[in-house]
This record gives sequence, C-alpha cells and structure tokens, in this order.
Amino acid sequence: MTTETTFPVNKSDVASFSKDRQEPQWLTDLRLSSLENVDSLELPKPDKTKIQKWNFSNFDLKANVTETSVTASIKELIGSEENVQALVAQKNGVTLSKKLASSLTEKGVIFTDFETAVKEHSELVEKYFMSEAVSTNEHRLTALHAALVNGGTFVYVPKNVEVEIPLQAVYAQEGTFGLFNHVLIVAEANSSVTYIENYITEGEAVEKVANIVAEVYVADNATVHFGAVDNFSAETTTYVNRRGQVNGKDAKIYWALGQMNDGNTVSENTTYLHGEGSYGDTKTVSIGRGKQVQNFTTNVIHFGKNSDGQILKHGVMRDEATSIFNGVSKIEHGATKANGEQTERVLMLSEKARGDANPILLIDEDDVTAGHAASVGKIDPIQMFYLMSRGLSRREAERLIIHGFLEPVVGQLPIESVKEQLKEVIERKVN
Amino acid sequence: MSTPSLKVEDLHVSIEEKEILKGFGIEVKGGEIHAIMGPNGTGKSTLASALMGHPKYEVTSGSASINGEDLFEMEVDERARAGLFLAMQYPSEISGVTNADFVRSAINSTREEGDEISLMKFIRKMDEKMNTLEMDESFQHRYLNEGFSGGEKKRNEILQLMMLEPKIAILDEIDSGLDIDALKVVSQGINQMREERKDQFGCLIITHYQRLLNYIKPDFVHVMMQGKIVKSGGPELAERLEAEGYDWIKEELGIEDETVGQE
Repeated sequence: MTTETTFPVNKSDVASFSKDRQEPQWLTDLRLSSLENVDSLELPKPDKTKIQKWNFSNFDLKANVTETSVTASIKELIGSEENVQALVAQKNGVTLSKKLASSLTEKGVIFTDFETAVKEHSELVEKYFMSEAVSTNEHRLTALHAALVNGGTFVYVPKNVEVEIPLQAVYAQEGTFGLFNHVLIVAEANSSVTYIENYITEGEAVEKVANIVAEVYVADNATVHFGAVDNFSAETTTYVNRRGQVNGKDAKIYWALGQMNDGNTVSENTTYLHGEGSYGDTKTVSIGRGKQVQNFTTNVIHFGKNSDGQILKHGVMRDEATSIFNGVSKIEHGATKANGEQTERVLMLSEKARGDANPILLIDEDDVTAGHAASVGKIDPIQMFYLMSRGLSRREAERLIIHGFLEPVVGQLPIESVKEQLKEVIERKVN
Repeated sequence: MSTPSLKVEDLHVSIEEKEILKGFGIEVKGGEIHAIMGPNGTGKSTLASALMGHPKYEVTSGSASINGEDLFEMEVDERARAGLFLAMQYPSEISGVTNADFVRSAINSTREEGDEISLMKFIRKMDEKMNTLEMDESFQHRYLNEGFSGGEKKRNEILQLMMLEPKIAILDEIDSGLDIDALKVVSQGINQMREERKDQFGCLIITHYQRLLNYIKPDFVHVMMQGKIVKSGGPELAERLEAEGYDWIKEELGIEDETVGQE
C-alpha cells in the first residue's frame, strides 16, 4: 500500500455526478460500491515495472469544456467532417460531435457516447459493462474507473449486420481533468465492425491522469477490428486496459494499437479466446523517448479448442526511455489444438534507453502448438550501408528503417487519415 | 558534360587488421566497361565494398576518386550522390519498406528539394525498367529484397542501377547464382544503360566466370591475384582464361598462391 490513498472525490460527489447525468440506478450503485473499494484495493502490478509512486490520484473532475464543435486537433484526425459517416468526438468526456449514417441506425447499429448509452440502452450496457472482460474490483484502478467513468462510447452491432464503414472515435483531454474513458463494444453473432480511436492531449502541459478501459464482446462468427492510437502528452500518467472477450465460436478480434504516449504508461491488452475456433490477432507498436517509463503487456488466453492467438509487438526506444514488453500466451487445460504465437522486437536507438522483451508461454494442455521469438537490437550497420549506398542520407536511411520496422502494425490501421496521423506522430517522435 | 571517371591508385585495404588489397590501381572512364576477373579469395569483392565505403573494411593507404573528388573523404551516401553505384553480391533485406518507396527516396536524394521526380514519371520509368528486366509488377510493392530469391535480388540491384543512372557502376559478382535466362536479362539491362548513357556511364564488372562477358562485351579485362591487378588486356584475355584457366598466368608471373588468405 502506498501512503497516498485519498482521492479527490467522495461519495456525495459521485452520487451527485451520477444524478446530474440522470443515470440509471444500477450505474449509480455500481459507482458507489466501486468507490468504497478504491482505498482497500491495491494498484495493479505490471510485471517488471514499479508504478507505486506514479500519479494516479492527482486530478480534478471539472471538464471545463467551452467548445461546442470539434477542436482543431480533433479536426486533423477526422479530416473533412462531412465525409465522416460514423464519429464520436469528445473533449474531457464532453461530446462535441456525434454522427452515424442513417443506413446503420436503421439496421439497429448503436454508436453513441457512453453518457447517452446508459440512458437510452440501459439494459444492454448493464449486461456488459465491467461484467466479464474487466471487473470493477480487480485492483484500485479498475475500481476507480467504475466509480468515476466520465467519457467514452458504446458500440452495438446486432446479429448478421456487417458495418462496412469504420466507426471513429477521438478523445481529447485538457488541463488537470482526470479522464475515465470507457469503450464498450458488443458484436452479436455473424456481425462485423471496425472501430478506431485516438487519444490526444490539448492545451498547456500540466500533470494529469488518464484511466482507460475498453471491453469488446465478440459472439459466434463475429469479427471486430479494433484500432487505436494513444498519443497523450509527457505529463499524462496513463493506465489503459483493453480486453477482448471472444466468446463466440469462430469469433475473431484484430487489435492494431499504436502506443505513442509521451508520459508514463501502463498498457494492458488481453484477449480471452473462449470460443471454439476463435481467433485473436494483436499487433502493437510503440516508441519510448525522453525519460518515460512504459509497460506494455499483451495476454492471449486460450480456453477454446482450436483457438488461435497471434501477438506481434514492435517497439523503438530512444533517449533514456524504459519500456517493458511482456507477451503472454496462456493455453488452458482443455484448449486442444490451440495455437499461440508471439513475436516481440525492440529496436534500440540510444545507449541509455532500456527495452526488455519478455515472451512467456504458459501451457496447460498437451495437444497444442506454440512458439515465440524475441529480439532487442540496434539498427544493423549493414542495412544502413545498403540504403546509404543508394544516396540516402544517414538520417533518411534511419528513418526508413524505423518506419519499416513499425510498418507491420501501422499498415493495419483501417482509416487512412488515422494511419497518416500515426506516421506523422512516429516521424515526430523518432526525429 | 565531361566524361565521368573512377580512379584508384595503390589502394591498400584491411579487414580486421588483415591486409586484403595490396596496391590495387585502375581507372574506369565513362563509356568503358572493365572486367576484373580472378579466382576466389583474391580480393575482388573487398575492392567493391571498400570503394563504396562498407563499414567493415579499412582503407590503410592509397587513393580513390570519382570525377576528381576524393572518395575516401566522402560518406557512403555522398559517394552515391557523386555517381558511384555498387550492385551488391548480398544486398540487405529491409522489412516494411517497399521497393518503390525506396527507389523513389533514392532518386529524390540526388535531387534538390522542390525538384523531386513526379509520381507519374517515376511510375512510367519503373514500369519500363522492370519490363526490360522481366520483373513482375508485384515487386514494386514488395518489401525491399525481403524473401527475394538470389536471382530476384540480382535483378533488383540492376533495376536500382537503371533507375538511379549512376555515372560509374561496380557490379560485384552479379552473375553468381543466376541461370542463363536471368543472366541474359540482367546483361540486357547493363547494355541498355551503355547504349543510352554512352560516355556518361562506365562500368566495372567483377566476376570469376567468363560467361557474363559473353553478354556484356568488356573493353578491358584485368586479372586480380594477391590483392592487385597482375595482368590486363582486351576481351581476348577473358576468352583465354575461359579456355585455359588461371594457371598459365600464375606460371608466367611465378605466383604459387594467388589468394590473399581469406576474403
């Protein structure tokens, strides 16, 4: 336990916040019971990273949003607003723009902000919200999250509906506001959907906290593509936990995560492969710079027979940054014929940076296949020689190698403007 | 335009403190094709790598210049931008970087900002050169050399050569591992450069088989042993080597071991 256990909120704050938002009773109750647990629960313990002294509690909950339309930095991410067919854009949890093509609403697709969802689709949200993928009392940060959730979106795709256009969400954070963002995605049987999100910081450089949870539920034969670019500033301490509950037979989830935060970050991404023949594909890229400390843990947990889990993590480390890359493929007893593969690669650009790649296979079943590969290395001087021998400057050659190294994930992002934006972020961070 | 030239004098090169090149000299001018032949282990590839600036090789003495500029004062990329090109025996694989993106960046690296090659012009040129080299269109979008067969890598080297239009090209055993059809195609690429660029293109071909020279007619043939040129002549020298091997040269010059020990 740390000495700092007092959070800047009490029971009556939470109750009145919930009341102001006209939330259903179940959510008010859940908030209050979670808040009670905050003090007694411990912080999560990401393997090989000490976070006891990180700031998870110094924030306020006044949104102070004056804008009524999307901000300039959000606009950059969505391109021309008229062309966007599915969008939720928020700043400090306040929705600035929301849009869903009528062709989709007619089919019963829901894509709306969390605040609206709990009012208009209370039963659906209650059924899934922190019920299975993430529970409120896992540790202090999940309890805090449940108590204070103040932003996010809800996606619901009914049976047999294939959403062809990507659903885009942008979440901006400003000031000392503590962002507790919850993304809940439910894909019913035989449905498919692509969701992509961006997190950004606006305004002056002040310490802040972001606490993000995403839960994705995938039913029989459904497919979810989940893309994300996290790009919080150096002063932001981030806890982000994205989990996929792949329950359906032959259900599939594809994660493409660009982890570009400049501040200290704990990022967990877990896929539970319950369905027989279910598939989980995780691709992540990250860049560490400055003195930031980050922990990226990817878990794929196999329960279903013939389930297949793939993990690919690429990280670039510079300056004095420290990153831990944990990849865990766990195959439970009974998950016969499961296959778990993982690769972690770290490219070191500086002598003072630290990058650890830890591939872990935990296997409780005989009849499975699994494999892992990990490497931590510098840019190959022979590759540099080759590129420079064609006239590229050292800087340009390095740039190409780094972009190439990150391409396996960057190339997976399904929205062109977001992909370009990620490339620009990478450019800025490596130069 | 003046005729380009690569001039190498009394070059000594070591690798891990072992001397490989021991007083090598040559001059290659635009419009000329030189072939350097020699048995394995005589320093041929060391020459190619050292001239381009491979980090493993250390130039201990001697000089080399391109168009009068000191090669060893230049970084690798500056040598390339001065017009030197090396078609490598073992080109690197670069994951995540497509062939087309790479070649375009390379072309633009020799141009001023604002004067970059237009996309249309680039595509047309790339299509045309790939056609000459009988390369499938898909190679444009594949990652640079990744998963390419030996022969595909060699074609790709020549493709880059044709796209970048260097003033002086060194081909380091470009024929090794090529079947006869691929050899013809690759030679066609070089011959096309020669015809189009005339005295603005000079070439130094390193090989230990004469067969490549059936398709690319050299103006000068040099034999390399013990880290330097021991005999020079015209195309007839290559033919004699093909027919009689290298022993007669060793005998003539009183050389017992033609190698430099290792390469």
